[in-house]
Formats: sequence, C-alpha cells, structure tokens
Amino acid sequence: MLNAFMSYLGSTVTPGEAGNQFWALIYVLIIFAGVSLAVICMNWLERKALAHFQIRLGPMRVGPHGLLQPIADALKLMLKEDIIPSEADQFVFWVAPLIGLLAAFTVYTVIPFGPSQAVSDMNIGILFMLGVSSLGVLGIVVAGWASNSHYPLIGALRSSAQMVSYEVAMGLVVVSAILMTSLNASGTGTLSMIGIVQAQQQQGIWFIFKFFPLGFIAFAIFAIAMVAETNRAPFDMAEAESELTAGFHTEYSGLRWSLFMLAEYAAMIAVSSIAVTLWLGGWMRPFPNLLHAPAWEFIFSLFPGLTFAGLAAIAVIGTARMPAHSFFKIQRMGLAVFAALLGFIALFLLVIAVAGRSADTSVAARFREGIDYVYWFVLKVAVFMYLFIWYRATWPRYRFDQLMKIGWKVMLPISLGVLVLTAIVGVIFS
Amino acid sequence: MNPAMNSAVSTINAGMAPVATPWFFYVLAGLAVASGVAVITRRNAVHAALALIVTLLSVAGLYLMLYAPFVAGVQIIVYAGGIMVLFLFVIMLVNIERSSKERQFNRMWPVGLAAACALMALFVSAIAKGNKLFPDRGMTLPESSNTQQIAALLYGEAGKMGQYTFAFEIASLLLLVAILGAVIMTKKKI
Repeated sequence: MLNAFMSYLGSTVTPGEAGNQFWALIYVLIIFAGVSLAVICMNWLERKALAHFQIRLGPMRVGPHGLLQPIADALKLMLKEDIIPSEADQFVFWVAPLIGLLAAFTVYTVIPFGPSQAVSDMNIGILFMLGVSSLGVLGIVVAGWASNSHYPLIGALRSSAQMVSYEVAMGLVVVSAILMTSLNASGTGTLSMIGIVQAQQQQGIWFIFKFFPLGFIAFAIFAIAMVAETNRAPFDMAEAESELTAGFHTEYSGLRWSLFMLAEYAAMIAVSSIAVTLWLGGWMRPFPNLLHAPAWEFIFSLFPGLTFAGLAAIAVIGTARMPAHSFFKIQRMGLAVFAALLGFIALFLLVIAVAGRSADTSVAARFREGIDYVYWFVLKVAVFMYLFIWYRATWPRYRFDQLMKIGWKVMLPISLGVLVLTAIVGVIFS
Repeated sequence: MNPAMNSAVSTINAGMAPVATPWFFYVLAGLAVASGVAVITRRNAVHAALALIVTLLSVAGLYLMLYAPFVAGVQIIVYAGGIMVLFLFVIMLVNIERSSKERQFNRMWPVGLAAACALMALFVSAIAKGNKLFPDRGMTLPESSNTQQIAALLYGEAGKMGQYTFAFEIASLLLLVAILGAVIMTKKKI
C-alpha cells in the first residue's frame, strides 16, 4: 500500500498511464468531490446571479447572503418523499437518472487538468468524451418514456431530436480542431486530450486564434452547440416550463430529481472542459511563450493565492457591511469565519507559490506547478459556467422549429465550411 | 477470444501493467450474452432496446481489451449514442401496452433457430480447431498508435495511397445515396 502510494510521487505521467490503480482511485475521488462541490457553488451562484440580473436579492436567509442555501436545498431534497407514479415503468424509471449521472461523471476520467493531472490519458480521449457524453441523452429519453405521461414524453422526444441534431455540428468543429493538431513536423495529429493541449503548446498558439477567423468560428459553433447539448436556456426545450411543466422530469421528485440536476451541471462542466481543452489552451496560463522569464513565471504563480485573497476581501467587506442589528449577529460571525477560511487558503497558496518558485524538481516546486495548471484550467471552465448563467438570464427560449432550423440549416453548413477551409489552409501554410 | 489467448496477451505485453485480465473478459462477455438474451426475450420493446445498449457497450469494452480503442470509441458514438437513441425515439411512439399483448404472427422461428445453431456450430468448430486455422504469429499490440494505423490503412502514409482508400470512399458514397434516398422517400415536394 505504502509502496503504491510512494511510487507514483516522482512520476510525470497520469496514474492511468503509470498503471497505478491506487492513485487513479485517489484522483477519481478528488474529482468526484471537486465536481460535487462545484455543482453546489454553481447552484448558489446561479440563484444569486439570476436574482441580481432581475434586480432581486435572491436567497438571503439561510446563512449570510444565502451561502448555506444549497446545503439546505440538498437536505430538503433528500428528506422529500420520493414518488414513483403507479403507472410508470418502475425499473426504467429508477434506472434513468443513474444513466445520466454515470454518463456525466465517466467523462471526467480523461479531462486534463494538467499534463499529469488527469485520471488517464487515452489515445482516443476526445472521441471517448463525445461518445460517453452522447450517452447522457439516453437518461433523458428513457426518463421521459418511463414516466408514462404526456409532458415528459414530449420533453424526451424534443431532447433526443435536439441532441442528435446538434451533435453533428459539434462533431464537425471538433474534427477541425483535431486537424489543427496535425500541423507539426511529422504531420500526425492526436485525439488524446493531453496531446491536444501539448499541440497548442508546441505551435505556440491557442486554437481559437489559429488561422484567425476559422478557429474562432469553430469555437463559436461549439460554444452554441454545447448549450443545446446540455439542454440549457435558451435551448432548454426539453424542460420548457411554460409549455411542458418541467419537461422530462415532471414526474420526478426528491433525490431522483436532484440526481438529474447533478448530472446536468456535471455535464455542463464536462462540455466546458472540452471547449477549454480544444480551443483555449487547456491548463496553459496566458502568454506562456511571450512572458516566459522566471519573474513572469513567479508573478503568474501568485494568481491562485491572489484570487482567494480577493474572495476573502469580498467576504470581509460583506462582514463589515452587515447591518448592526442583533438579529444578524450569527450571520456576521459565520461570514467572518468564511472570510478567515478563504484567507487561510489564500495564505497557503501564496506560501506554496513562494516556496516553489525555483524551477527545480523539489516537492514544493512540483506542487506549485500542479496548482497552477489546475487553477488556470478551472478558471477558464468557470468563465464558461458563468456564461451559462448569463445566457439563461439574457435570452428568451427558442421555438422548437427555429431551434431545428438553426441546427441543420445554419450551424451544420458553417461547420462543414470551417472544416474544409481549415484543411485547405492547413495544407497551404504547413 | 478465449482465456488462453488472454493470458497470451498479458505475457506478450509484459512490459506494461496487465490491464486486460481474464476477469474483465468474463464480466464483459457474460454481460454481453445476458443482455443479448434479454434483447430477444423481453416483450417490452423499450426494455429490449435498453438491453441492446448494454450489449453494445460491453462489446465496446471487449474491443478495448483487444487493444482497439478507436473501434471501441466509434462503437460507443455510432451505435450506443446515435443509432440507439433513434431506435428509442421511434419505439417510444409505439403503443407498448398493445404491441406487447399481440401474438407473434411471424412463423419463421424454426428457420431462425436452425440458422443460429449453424452459426453456433461454426463458432464451436473454429474455436476447437483454433490453433490450426489461425496460427499464432506473435501479436503486435499497437494500442498507443491504433488510431494512426487505421488512418494509415484508410488514407495512406505521407505521399502514398492507403490500402483501403477506394473501399472506404465507395462505402461513404453508398451512405450518401442512402441518405438522399431517405430524404426523397419521405418528402413529396423537395
């Protein structure tokens, strides 16, 4: 056991490649906990941000500024009665949320948080990700059918038609990004997620800026298709509440319903990480080839600590601005503790950044590197998660025929054109 | 693939940690057979389709064990993710209650049984004579370059025509014709 634990520490490949099941399990557990935590944060942020977009306050009662609201929600969902309609197909009704959840979480095995910070690096990484995330639609379809009710069935039909349509455009632009990985001396591209980021590192450019409008158009198509793939507004036809009550999960309640929500948010994070890996340079910090002096390296490595310090400062300001009434005493104390916690994390990260600033192979330096990789990757994904909320607050829902028209008559031809042009330009300029 | 071959795989592959253990093979094969039986015995069409998805996924797992990750990935995307979703899409519109009570009106089952038995006999004899039919030439396991090798066979190395380029292009032309045919048959006015 101790041997298995120690033998991986000096390694520079993922646990999957090193064949170390023990560390692979640890990574899986870390990712599972991290994603669940991210979903909780996202839940709070979405309610707060949507409220502020609409000039409301949002959750304010449970904890300071509603910070404990997701925990209260989770408790409520777990204690709520779990109803299975008597006319429903019991087994399929039971298994449907698990299909969605499994598909959403399996994808995380190949997401590269860093050159060695992934569970495994598969030769077919991006293919695996697209394949497994396309299985997620099965959960929705099957849930809608098993409910044996009209609104869920219509929601499921809409969702399957929508996902199958947008997968086509999505697949084509992914191929155009993979084509770009083959523009090197040997002319061999790669499907491995880590390999795709390394290709961007070697070519010294994020693929979003490659062949200027082409990479950007491909990225934009993917960014639109991924909103449709995850059934989020403005493409949330499968659960359009003004038309279908709640769409495919109308009959679901309690824990089973929350599993659907967990799967949806996990899938959102997963597709955002595909976009980050393919077009936004994955774990790379901004300008690694322009500002590569050790001083710049050090300044950029301070970013994780400074981010948490900023969050802590916001929490401190919130504590100071809390009303003086005795009713807010406990909330104020809670926010102060939260600020202190964030401050400690910031301090820890800054100490690591200072201790590991030399580019040697000491434990502190490697730890600092790992934190940097994960930080930049998560930051880029977080921008996408905010965009998801922003879309939802800004755009009205599409009509279904408009959605299909855009998918097949606009996005598909554009993505085909981008693919062909990328191939032509790649042949000319390499 | 039998367990003897499995152990051969792991001995050839001694440099790497043995991923493809016989245990995985038995689990995947058992799952594939069990869900395959469920596909033809379930009266409820949706249950049968779900069982078929399990079969396809466990076959994808077997491809992975045979060091063919690309084929496994394509199997998941095309069959489990694409075709089965369309299957379910159509089946969901059928009235399951009525169709499951309907009596089997097709009397072809003896023919089907005979064909299945013949295929089984072929497989059994192939396995029994396995060593003579398929001599052990020492397998090469191009797991890390499987995708690249398929590409080389289909499209060729740099400056060289691939071995199967023509067959590949003809197959894609056939698919295009099928797509156009489907569109023409469903749309009266184009």
